[in-house]
Amino acid sequence: MTVESTAARKPRRSAGTKSTAGKTTARKSPSTDPELVQLLTPEGKRVKNAEYDKYVAGITPEELRGLYRDMVLTRRFDAEATSLQRQGELGLWASLLGQEAAQIGSGRATREDDYVFPTYREHGVAWCRGVDPANLLGMFRGVNNGGWDPNSNNFQLYTIVIGSQTLHATGYAMGIAKDGADSAVIAYFGDGASSQGDVAESFTFSAVYNAPVVFFCQNNQWAISEPTEKQTRVPLYQRAQGYGFPGVRVDGNDVLACLAVTKWALERARSGEGPTLVEAYTYRMGAHTTSDDPTRYRGDDERLAWEAKDPILRLRAYLEASNHADEGFFAELERESEALGKRVREAVRAMPDPDHFAIFENVYADGHALVDEERAQFAAYQASFTDVEGA
Amino acid sequence: MAAETVKNLALAKAINESLRRALDTDPKVLIMGEDVGKLGGVFRVTDGLQKDFGESRVIDTPLAESGIVGTAIGLALRGYRPVVEIQFDGFVFPAYDQIVTQLAKMHARSLGKVKLPVVVRIPYGGGIGAVEHHSESPESLFAHVAGLKVVSPSNPSDAYWMMQQAIQSDDPVIFFEPKRRYWDKAEVNTEAIPGPLHKAKVVREGSDLTLAAYGPMVKLCQEVADAAAEEGRNLEVLDLRSVSPIDFDSIQASVEKTRRLVVVHEAPVFFGSGAEIAARITERCFYHLEAPVLRVGGYHAPYPPARLEEEYLPGLDRVLDAVDRALAY
Repeated sequence: MTVESTAARKPRRSAGTKSTAGKTTARKSPSTDPELVQLLTPEGKRVKNAEYDKYVAGITPEELRGLYRDMVLTRRFDAEATSLQRQGELGLWASLLGQEAAQIGSGRATREDDYVFPTYREHGVAWCRGVDPANLLGMFRGVNNGGWDPNSNNFQLYTIVIGSQTLHATGYAMGIAKDGADSAVIAYFGDGASSQGDVAESFTFSAVYNAPVVFFCQNNQWAISEPTEKQTRVPLYQRAQGYGFPGVRVDGNDVLACLAVTKWALERARSGEGPTLVEAYTYRMGAHTTSDDPTRYRGDDERLAWEAKDPILRLRAYLEASNHADEGFFAELERESEALGKRVREAVRAMPDPDHFAIFENVYADGHALVDEERAQFAAYQASFTDVEGA
Repeated sequence: MAAETVKNLALAKAINESLRRALDTDPKVLIMGEDVGKLGGVFRVTDGLQKDFGESRVIDTPLAESGIVGTAIGLALRGYRPVVEIQFDGFVFPAYDQIVTQLAKMHARSLGKVKLPVVVRIPYGGGIGAVEHHSESPESLFAHVAGLKVVSPSNPSDAYWMMQQAIQSDDPVIFFEPKRRYWDKAEVNTEAIPGPLHKAKVVREGSDLTLAAYGPMVKLCQEVADAAAEEGRNLEVLDLRSVSPIDFDSIQASVEKTRRLVVVHEAPVFFGSGAEIAARITERCFYHLEAPVLRVGGYHAPYPPARLEEEYLPGLDRVLDAVDRALAY
């Protein structure tokens, strides 16, 4: 079966009578997976899709270049952060290398009044929401545990405990429904998180209350060293069927498909049709974080196979083949990338250590006697050093 | 109208009236939990609220504690003030992760930008002959976590007013309800001006020794003081009301007067709130104390079957024994 003919098939959702139950093979490569929504082949060829084409039908060359620019800059930022960790400027970094299309496609599908609940790797989604990339690095440098006001960009703080944020997203979406608003929520999580009870509970709650939430699972094949087979025996998108809402698997390295499918899911949510599970089938090209060593648990052949499906190269091929971008565009973007890297590098190095008293700040909104007491003790202790120096 | 503002209410009913008032006053207040709607909760604390405020304000949830607290966090992020019910003390642990890693920390992580006014109601403690996991006292586990406030009323009036204050607080409050006192009645003045939520109260003046307790043990300590009075001993009883923060100033003031302190709680003594109180009061009142601070509480053992709980729980004789020991120094 060719890639084109695969992608051209109508995607099957797991709700209703279009049951896909019984197909229990967990791992298939995307190119042979009949369930995968794909609009751009790895070679950059546009393929038709009866169901989802309409969600990107009006996309302009400028918007396509914008998606390309987003992916390139996000990758450049990510590479810079990885380098900064190697140079000792960051304590840890969770790279998104390889997942740019899943994040930019879905992130660009969101509306300003939608709300995003990320895990800790959604640097591309943060970019789409207008969060300053430098702000993402504070927690990895160790100067704060957050770094931005969630309500400034409707982009929640990164959540490190796996899957917790899917419940927050569901609750927030329940609130939207109560308010009678027509915005939606998107919750990000990974294939590993699909094993967590909180994710299962968020599916239950969102289904029961028909909450306007899109669950966007980036199946990057690896939860640190554990492959997806260690999390599930059925393709993850099929999980939705058991909860009574649709699930769809999209080529996570195809930015157009991710954009289209997420738009569809968000529109469902906004129009009162409840939750959707989107499984973006992708690959984490690097380590889980800079602390692990993927050569211990996976072979080069797998990585090489996925390199051939690179999300940036395939959109570039499409832009060039369709004359939507010229050399000047790519050259200018290269300059912009380097400038971004430089800016991020300088911003990280300029980050001041937090004030010592930050330990005691914002522990409680209404104050707490013990915190006040310990702050005073801390101040007296700090002052004792000042006295010695001043003597 | 004054007559209507003072009501004789059981503790459970006082919480019910308090929740009703909060739902009535603030459209952002929500009640959530298993069985809180039609049934009115297994203790009927939410009785009639869904009938009067509807299913969108008083929400029967799926049977999933982490989901209840996790979605309450999301609703709070959206501007709501959820009051969630955990059906029994021993069932809070599936939600413990959400409470400790998310609810407690999000305000600090957001550098104060995000507030989470969530109240987690937990009927707790023993004395009702329940089965396993229905009689525990996990308050120290929550008091140990920065970002949470932990309170426990001992009487209907406090139950009414402390619930009002907990709901109005911008901090997450773990609200431990002494289930064995749910049916105790007392007057509640619904127009009174309540004292601060975290302020201890001297509920009986005395000069020989201070008994400090909260929640279900306050009534026991009052009974102990009555019994001790027959032996000519004049005990002061302090209702702490709040376990985080603890009003150490009030304990200190009492101990400086009586010079002896016995702390009573149902939770295991080991690493319990009594240990924290003993350590801090020893530090603050070292030269005032005539005896070491003693503690009476549960043992370092799983909560026993109902037929043994009278042995496990602090009772009149065990507390009187501790009083005798403290006075013997």
